Amino acid sequence: MTATVERAPSTGGPKLGVTGWLRWGWRTLTSMRTALVLLLLLALASIPGSVFPQRGTDAAAVEDYLAANPGVGAWLDRFGMFDVFAAPWFAAIYLLLCVSLVGCIIPRTYDFIKTSRMPPPAAPSRLGRMPAYAEVACAEDALDTAESYLRNSNWRVRRDGNSLAAEKGYLHEVGNLLFHLCFIFLLLAVAAGGLFGWSAKVIVVEGNGFTGSLTQFDSFRKGRLVNPDQIAPFSVVLQDFTASFQQSGQQRGAPTQFEATAEVTERPGAPTVTEQFSVNSPLVLPGVKVFLTGHGYAPEIKITAADGTVVYDDPVVFLPRDGNLTSAGVVKLPDLDPGFALTGLFLPTATIDPVQGPISTFPEAQNPMLFLGAFTGDVKTGGNVYRLDTDNLDRIGTTSLAPGQTWELPDGTTVEFTGFRDFANVSLAHDPGRWLALVAAGLVIIGVSMSLLLHRRRVWVRVSGQPDTVAEVAGLSKSGSGRVHDDVREISALLEKSET
Amino acid sequence: MAQLSNAAVYAAMLVYTLALFAFAASLAARRVPLAAKQPVLVGAPGEEASDAAVEDEPGRRSGNIALSLTWLATVLLIAGFVFRGMAAGRFPLGNMYEFSLGAAIAVALVYLVAASRSDLRWLGVWVVGAVLLTLGVAVTLLYTESAQLVPALKSWWLVIHVSAAAISGGAFTLSAGFIGAYLIRQRAEDRGTSDRGLASRLPDAERLDALAYRTIAFVFPIWTFAVIAGAIWAENAWGRYWGWDPKETWAFITWVVYAGYLHARSTAGWKGRKAAVIGLIGFAAFLINYFGVNFFASGLHSYSGV
Ligand code: HEM
Repeated sequence: MTATVERAPSTGGPKLGVTGWLRWGWRTLTSMRTALVLLLLLALASIPGSVFPQRGTDAAAVEDYLAANPGVGAWLDRFGMFDVFAAPWFAAIYLLLCVSLVGCIIPRTYDFIKTSRMPPPAAPSRLGRMPAYAEVACAEDALDTAESYLRNSNWRVRRDGNSLAAEKGYLHEVGNLLFHLCFIFLLLAVAAGGLFGWSAKVIVVEGNGFTGSLTQFDSFRKGRLVNPDQIAPFSVVLQDFTASFQQSGQQRGAPTQFEATAEVTERPGAPTVTEQFSVNSPLVLPGVKVFLTGHGYAPEIKITAADGTVVYDDPVVFLPRDGNLTSAGVVKLPDLDPGFALTGLFLPTATIDPVQGPISTFPEAQNPMLFLGAFTGDVKTGGNVYRLDTDNLDRIGTTSLAPGQTWELPDGTTVEFTGFRDFANVSLAHDPGRWLALVAAGLVIIGVSMSLLLHRRRVWVRVSGQPDTVAEVAGLSKSGSGRVHDDVREISALLEKSET
Repeated sequence: MAQLSNAAVYAAMLVYTLALFAFAASLAARRVPLAAKQPVLVGAPGEEASDAAVEDEPGRRSGNIALSLTWLATVLLIAGFVFRGMAAGRFPLGNMYEFSLGAAIAVALVYLVAASRSDLRWLGVWVVGAVLLTLGVAVTLLYTESAQLVPALKSWWLVIHVSAAAISGGAFTLSAGFIGAYLIRQRAEDRGTSDRGLASRLPDAERLDALAYRTIAFVFPIWTFAVIAGAIWAENAWGRYWGWDPKETWAFITWVVYAGYLHARSTAGWKGRKAAVIGLIGFAAFLINYFGVNFFASGLHSYSGV
């Protein structure tokens, strides 16, 4: 083959050469061997996706990795190692696989439709060469016996003269084609979800809400073909959030139940209904599902300037740092003169650990404490809202407060820890390919089961000899199973003339 | 109830250990009489038509004792599993310890069912060895007290997904035993040394290859289903059915490699040894998914009390 290909350009027959090339390329691409190599390559190419942190799942981990390994990291990044499943080389493999697959199943489907109505081919002359074979002494009417047996067990039978040919297991082929075809549909559904779907994350404090608009989301990912102005027009207000935890035992502190109650309005003007949702049981709105994925605490902080004006009075989302919800957060007030900021640790069940300092020992609020540090100076906004850059700031005091307590700073500012609320981590997802994916996946399972559990095979029976009649029974498997040996054994046992 | 469960698991491990010795003794004594191994049909890799003829084959008695012990141990293990579920008041597949118990049961049951249909006593050492290893890791490294589930795990899809994964694990383990035996036996047959050593105690290569294929053909749809059930659960819990988290990635790799095995078996030039190696790689991918990802990677799946 290579020889033809190399000769093609120099023979000066460009048309022939090009078509020859193409045909060779197509045949190679759609061969079983190429499919196999592509499958193995696909497996190999997925491995880095589990070794290196991925932007798609954990963008922060990627940044940390890049910061820790600047040299190697930059090179890894260049080869797409942090976004393997969106990398061009990964796409190249599965696109080639898809083309190979289509190129393989279309002709196969065509062949199958053409041959599926035909009777099986007549018995070859030398049955002894078949992979399964037996020879038995039999009665004179053995061929009739064999024919009625085969017909009764749903074989497709053809009889010519002294021989029978039979075939069974057409559904193996149907299943195989169904499986490969639906695998393509599954990939298309995933692609559709990627192009037309979007997802978002929101942190919502009890009492607050959000609507289906970009400005309300903390993060947003969308497919290429999504118009961000046409996100669903719902609004959700989180009324109540409860979390319960394992109270004792080795797993003490592990969450046992999260439940959120929300007031939901599907679109402006629609009636407002109260609904509950929890992990594994999302809120289903038209065009979007709302999932509860986590929670934390938002201490309510009230800051009053020396002149008595209230400059801040809001719950502040503190991000959990550990399983016991030791949580950290900041308040930035850059507009005051001088700028003012607080950094804080909220501990639902506070303890002072001799080594780690103040930490929480249980996720439920059994002994809530707020540890605060106050700073003045040039407070910068922008950047991470959960972090404070203290480089150019003066620390003017630290304290710890229980709910209801007030802290008076040297300059007369007072900080009151008025209470705390729960917040919920919510994800929103819209994936229009979901149902297609589910149907395709179901058909994939049916198809692959049919393909692997049903066996396509042929058997032949030839009867010869006058006084001492002998039956030859032979079989050939058309799918990679040994089932046909059982068939040959059964048929020969049936035909074998008993000794009496 | 939790103590009862632990006692049953330890008792099961003891009985498995006895079974392991009995299987080893049986394998050491086994001599397959050459004449009895000739299949009735030319080239048929089908069932051994010669079971009756080898009634007093050496090692048969200890093999049967080993099988009975394995049944007993498995019943004990199932009891331990059920008690564990009763202690927690839920389906006992909520952390790596419980999943390991389930997987060990699945390995043992898949083997015992297969062994009741054809003579697989020679494979007992591998299977019981794998069960003991799984249980050993479970009780030493993975043990967690029985407790309620974290919210993300409260789902029937999870139970279905994990059960299908455990059954798949059982069948994958069996297939790896067949493939390993096939590679040993094929090598000996090629060198003409199949009447000596370990190889002489194994069935012929063609039959081992057929057994490996049948096992994988049986489990591939189940594994496909397990992966899809997991995706449905993930959609319910996290809002996306596939997110390439390390556990999902390795489930996919396992699936693709076994698909590769199935293709290799019907591709000229890849049949036989190369296909067998792909089958072993598939098992390795499954093990990485089972152990490696839980211990070393972090992702949404790694909450399971390890
Ligand atoms: C995309 C990934 C693919 C997967 C997961 C896959 C999976 C499978 C499975 C599970 C079987 C059943 C094996 C058996 O019956 O023993 C099979 C059979 C088959 N596949 Fe694929 N396949 C893929 C791609 C392809 C491609 C690209 C081609 C074409 C070149 C192809 C051609 C075939 C053929 C011809 C069979 C029938 C083998 C037989 O009947 O023995 N497959 N495939």
